[in-house]
Amino acid sequence: MLQLIKRPSPSKAMVYLSPVLALLLTLCAGLVLFSLMGVSPMAALKAFFVTPISTTYGLGELWVKATPLILIGVALSLGFRAGVWNIGAEGQLLMGGIFGGAAALFFYEKTGFYILPLILLAGILGGLFWASIVAFLRTQFNANEILTSLMLTYVASLLLSLLVHGPFKDPDGFNFPESRIFSDSALLPILFEGTRMHFGAIIAVLVSLGGWLLLSKSLLGYQIKVMGDAPDAGTHAGFSQKKIIWIALLLSGGAAGLAGVIELTGPIGQILPNISPGYGFAAIIVAYVGRLHPIGALFAGLLLALSYLGGETAQIKLNLPLAVTGVFQGMLLFFILACDVFIHYQIKPRSASIA
Amino acid sequence: MIAPKYTNLLELHAMRKAYPGCLANDDIDLDLRAGEIHALLGENGAGKSTLVKMIYGLLKPDAGEIIFEGKAVNITSPAMARGLGIAMVFQHFSLFDSLTVTQNIALGIGQKHDLDGLSEQINAISQRYGLPLDPQRHVYSLSVGERQRIEIIRCLLQQPKLMVMDEPTSVLTPQEVEKLFVTLQRLCDEGLSILYISHKLDEIKAICHRATVLRDGKRVACVEVADESPKTMAALMMGEELKTSSKRVKPKLGPVRLQLDALNMHAPDELGMALKDISLRVHGGEIVGIAGVAGNGQDELLQAINGERLCSSAPMVQIDGQDAGQMSVSQRRVIGLSSVPEKRLGHGAVPSMSLLDNTLLTAYERLGLVGKGWIDHQKSRTVTEQIVSEHDVKATGLSAPASSLSGGNLQKYIVGRELQQQPEVLVVSQPTWGVDAGAAQNIREALKALAKKGAAVLVISQDLDELMEITDRIGAICAGSLSSFYATDTVNYEQMGLLMAGAQSGELAAVS
Repeated sequence: MLQLIKRPSPSKAMVYLSPVLALLLTLCAGLVLFSLMGVSPMAALKAFFVTPISTTYGLGELWVKATPLILIGVALSLGFRAGVWNIGAEGQLLMGGIFGGAAALFFYEKTGFYILPLILLAGILGGLFWASIVAFLRTQFNANEILTSLMLTYVASLLLSLLVHGPFKDPDGFNFPESRIFSDSALLPILFEGTRMHFGAIIAVLVSLGGWLLLSKSLLGYQIKVMGDAPDAGTHAGFSQKKIIWIALLLSGGAAGLAGVIELTGPIGQILPNISPGYGFAAIIVAYVGRLHPIGALFAGLLLALSYLGGETAQIKLNLPLAVTGVFQGMLLFFILACDVFIHYQIKPRSASIA
Repeated sequence: MIAPKYTNLLELHAMRKAYPGCLANDDIDLDLRAGEIHALLGENGAGKSTLVKMIYGLLKPDAGEIIFEGKAVNITSPAMARGLGIAMVFQHFSLFDSLTVTQNIALGIGQKHDLDGLSEQINAISQRYGLPLDPQRHVYSLSVGERQRIEIIRCLLQQPKLMVMDEPTSVLTPQEVEKLFVTLQRLCDEGLSILYISHKLDEIKAICHRATVLRDGKRVACVEVADESPKTMAALMMGEELKTSSKRVKPKLGPVRLQLDALNMHAPDELGMALKDISLRVHGGEIVGIAGVAGNGQDELLQAINGERLCSSAPMVQIDGQDAGQMSVSQRRVIGLSSVPEKRLGHGAVPSMSLLDNTLLTAYERLGLVGKGWIDHQKSRTVTEQIVSEHDVKATGLSAPASSLSGGNLQKYIVGRELQQQPEVLVVSQPTWGVDAGAAQNIREALKALAKKGAAVLVISQDLDELMEITDRIGAICAGSLSSFYATDTVNYEQMGLLMAGAQSGELAAVS
């Protein structure tokens, strides 16, 4: 029998290299997977990882997909550092979309520079509102945030569907479950002509830098780390656990809400029943691949965005099913967690020395 | 009687065990004669626990030979050790609070048992060896001394030839220690051999025949206890003469700086202790000690004073005349309170964080390490450097995580961090628990120096010797209530033992 023994001091270098290692392992597993499916592995990998970003338009698309992933990934990193397991960012994203979308429809055919900021703010409020329910249940009744945040995701998803089929429906839309197309002053400006890369990408980079500053330089970031690592020590120092739970959830809720409204006012431009291909869940992978570090989440967000694009290309060019995207994301998370286990533990044959 | 074919029940030859980064046991020899109480003496970290864990099959030696009853044995598991006739009483008990004494013992033995028959056996053993214990009681209602008796009886039921006891007296009152010694003497008279691990020299002097002394993982001597004095054994154990501590002179009493007024607080959970009507004054310049057996409300008291749990009314805790009972931890710290909790890793310090980051934990307000919400890393580095150099903290660097420091060094760091803030009131729990003698001496001197500067110091400790040495006034906590307080030079150990067991002041007069 084998057993895992904790290493006294895990290698620092390996902790940061583990995402790279996991990516390589994912590629290897991908080669095997594609050969089994009867596709040329090299062609498939090229379609997955190279073709999507070989054009300017493709690079723009990369940022379009990465923007919500980075926004949520950064905020989840902070939350996970605090030991707050919000896995319902998807629901908070949808609520951001609902609130922001409602604001965009409210300002329909109006013009003014103030409209877009108000819409974004409404989106943030939607995410905050949804996350605050989780925070309230956790701090007041000690309800597990993993369960409540996940369940609220389904509530948000059904609520969005209800609204799109009802009040939000375009009156001239032949009864399709879609809202009106937002007017121009409710849309985020495009950064580069010929792409869809929009102003949200800049917000995402700024949020990532802000998250890094918060975590490494501020007292609040310090409190987040202490509460995640040793809550008793935090209480001894006078930090409030409830406050940190609220802040962690509001940060991730706000960021997810912002991501939701950015999706609507950026690439989509109207309210649809499906406004996210699971960005809120993929952002959990982003946070871990990024080593729960806000700057790491920036790069991890780009990587995961590539997996979405690659999945689409593979679908178009090689007739592979869309599920390949999910498989790739899952393998990446699986390998990174596996790498982490071996970085922190070593395997030894089981001996009699069982303490 | 047939004389056994061996003179030594247990012999160890060149036992060696290395952990990553430290050689815990370096070729240790030991011989234990049949029917003797043999002491294994050494400071914390000398390698005593590692050695006995190998004897009991909990650890596998890297090299060395164990000879039991004249035969070389390879002990691979505790079950095998028990099969050979080796039993062990651990320092930390493994008992289920919600089960009865009998049920706990039945679980520990592992075979199917008729519980009524077992109860009778327990009664028989408890009467025979002077270990009073009711088999039907639930463990949560028992004192620590009684819980230890369960562990001893559990061992004796297996009719061992050798019993290993790891620091058995660290949780007992002086009276309980005396009772334990009577029991051990009786067991020894009946032919049981005992390996007695301790660093308390007077205990070893009291009951042990011979002592093997360990220092830094090596065996330095094996001595006849009768030929040695506590002082010579201390010299062997430490390798140097201990600095004599500075004599405590009568302090100049300043105003009352810490006052507790009828402090009542319900228990934090089912296993915690409620605080009942606690009143206490500590003057500036004074060191006051609270003795007591662990789990009698010490943690709860420290948390109440520190503000980790708030009082129901503000005047219950007064710091320098200000009603602080409903102030937050931070507010109390700003007006001059500092505290050192008993648990270092995870309560006094964040294990995974560097010393630099741990300095921020409690020092950021009073030392101004944070301005407008942003951390001043440069200043915090300077402060950490001061703490490490002034208190002789041995670490691989300021970026070393707290968990990588030894217990003694971490405690020096934590105490140093609080002293660096020049507190007006310092509350410290178990200041030298598990700390080697040299570091303990440094910490005690630092506390005395702080009091001399006019601060009020409250020391909560299980170590009566320590309290007798450094405090001016002393009392005890028992079941969440405080005893009366006495000038330390007017009470003796016996009286303190009674206070720790919850005696009222009237009963105390009878002893003096």
